[in-house]
Amino acid sequence: MRRRGPAFWCLLAFTLLVCAFLIVPVAMSMLAGVTVNYQSGLSSGLTLRWVAQVWEGYSDTIFRSMGIAVACLACTLVLGVPAAYALNRSQSVPARVIEELLVMPVAIPGLATAMALIVTYNTLGNFRTSWTFILVGHVLFTLPFMVRSVLAVMAAVDLKTLEEGAASLGAGFRQRFFSIVLPNCRPGILAGSLMVVTLSMGEFNMTWLLHTPLTKTLPVGLADAYASLRLEVGSAYTLVFFLMIVPLLVAIQLLARPVQLAGQGAPR
Amino acid sequence: MSQPALPLAIRLERCAKTFADGTRALEPLDLEIRSGETLVFLGPSGCGKTTTLRIIAGLEAPDEGGRVLFDGTDVTALPIERRNVGLVFQSYALFPNLDVRGNVAYGLRIRGVAPAERAARVDEVLAMMRIEALASRSIDQLSGGQRQRVALARALAVRPRALLLDEPLTALDAKLRDTLRLEIDALLRRLGITSIYVTHDQAEAMALGDRIVVMDHGRVAQVGAPREIYHAPASRFVADFIGTMNRLEGRVEAGRFLTGAGALGAPGLDQGAREVLFRPESVRLAEDAGELAGTVSAAFFLGDHTRLFVDCAGQQVVVECDGRREFARGASVRLALEPGTLVILREGT
Repeated sequence: MRRRGPAFWCLLAFTLLVCAFLIVPVAMSMLAGVTVNYQSGLSSGLTLRWVAQVWEGYSDTIFRSMGIAVACLACTLVLGVPAAYALNRSQSVPARVIEELLVMPVAIPGLATAMALIVTYNTLGNFRTSWTFILVGHVLFTLPFMVRSVLAVMAAVDLKTLEEGAASLGAGFRQRFFSIVLPNCRPGILAGSLMVVTLSMGEFNMTWLLHTPLTKTLPVGLADAYASLRLEVGSAYTLVFFLMIVPLLVAIQLLARPVQLAGQGAPR
Repeated sequence: MSQPALPLAIRLERCAKTFADGTRALEPLDLEIRSGETLVFLGPSGCGKTTTLRIIAGLEAPDEGGRVLFDGTDVTALPIERRNVGLVFQSYALFPNLDVRGNVAYGLRIRGVAPAERAARVDEVLAMMRIEALASRSIDQLSGGQRQRVALARALAVRPRALLLDEPLTALDAKLRDTLRLEIDALLRRLGITSIYVTHDQAEAMALGDRIVVMDHGRVAQVGAPREIYHAPASRFVADFIGTMNRLEGRVEAGRFLTGAGALGAPGLDQGAREVLFRPESVRLAEDAGELAGTVSAAFFLGDHTRLFVDCAGQQVVVECDGRREFARGASVRLALEPGTLVILREGT
């Protein structure tokens, strides 16, 4: 394993090249956000002015996006985990059909889903102008990701037999659900949660149509900023987006960590 | 809730099972499982043995009209969690989110047993299964044999009224299977608990069962003690399924059974019989006075004995004989049948 042939170095160079191709624009964009004048380059100096401007003009969109992402996560957990459980239990044909239909919102373009929502609920009180209107769209779009990842874990751990084991030891439905079903589905719930939060935070397609001037989300504001303000401001916005979402994802990872360790155990 | 003095007696009355897609897994079954006995359900896959176990456990409901009685009380409508039966699965079904101790303590925790007593009882069963050293291991650090011990400990910790085991040794390798089989046997005898054991392995069934229920296509083919099943199979299916059975075709004439290779004494044989059945160990090699003549077509040395395949005028007879003697293919041998060892089927199938 010590000696590496030319093939290894060629592959490494290629990999680094591809990485650079993907990472450099991101780095450039983030750098642009703290450059005084992007046109004249880094020599014009670094500044936090643009970041401050973004914070002033768009902090509401950031908090709204985070709020919607968290609410979306809550909804997909409450709807998705029991749905996955029911689908896992039932061997019937309708259950399989529902499982397939659940993926439809992912396959259908977000624009179409958004239009359908608007056409249907436009006249329903203040719903159209509320942030919950966007939430509904996001839940529709992200629910399949939660259900799918939880279902996969349920099948992998043979949840049905585990539950039968628990039942034979005297555990009723509630006890089984909380002491066996939820803990053993944790990896799937975690993976689904990460998916849901990131997708909701970054969702633009559908939100572009669903939002109103008072319910802008972060990606919508970002498009706005790039379209109507200096490039540096838009870039600073991207930087803020990054700084917001990375800690959020790390936090979710950490939340599930102790349990995962206990489940996997230290190899001896 | 006083504990009955005797182990649980179970009765199945007209228990049938038809699945949603219309498959009949079990034909109506009446069966008495005696207090304290080990009853083995034996049969090929798809014979209905696991379905029967699941009906007794409460994991499946019998079709309309079927009843399950525990000590005379109808428990048909009672879900598994209220039947207090211990269940051991082929796939172990240990909870990966709990360690060994957590798994064994689970049932006691659910029952609200106080921590001190719970710990004492967990220690007791861990010691009984000789897995004290594994107490704080996580499940995925255990070997298959260790997992099955934990599964047994977990089922026994709650002191169930009956122990139900669904192919508990099938997933283990042969050597471990033998060891654990001996242990399970000793355990069941010591506890005196009513146990129901499902397997497709006849050696396991013979070794463990007080009685064996041989099943085929959702029907009971025979119920009886291991010796009874082996020596007096009720049907062709049972005769073929349990052990090796020799079969010779011929006809009865003047109290003797005539075959192409010689004549056998056949007391008790039906006049119209067209074939006789006998076990390999009922035949011995006779130097010259043998009733049947044949040639060796194959010989397998198995250490403690040699298994001979003898061609008796076109019909094959399997013989078990002393491992020290060598046989050449094509050698002529004469066989004698121990008197009174012909297997007579009780039904005409």
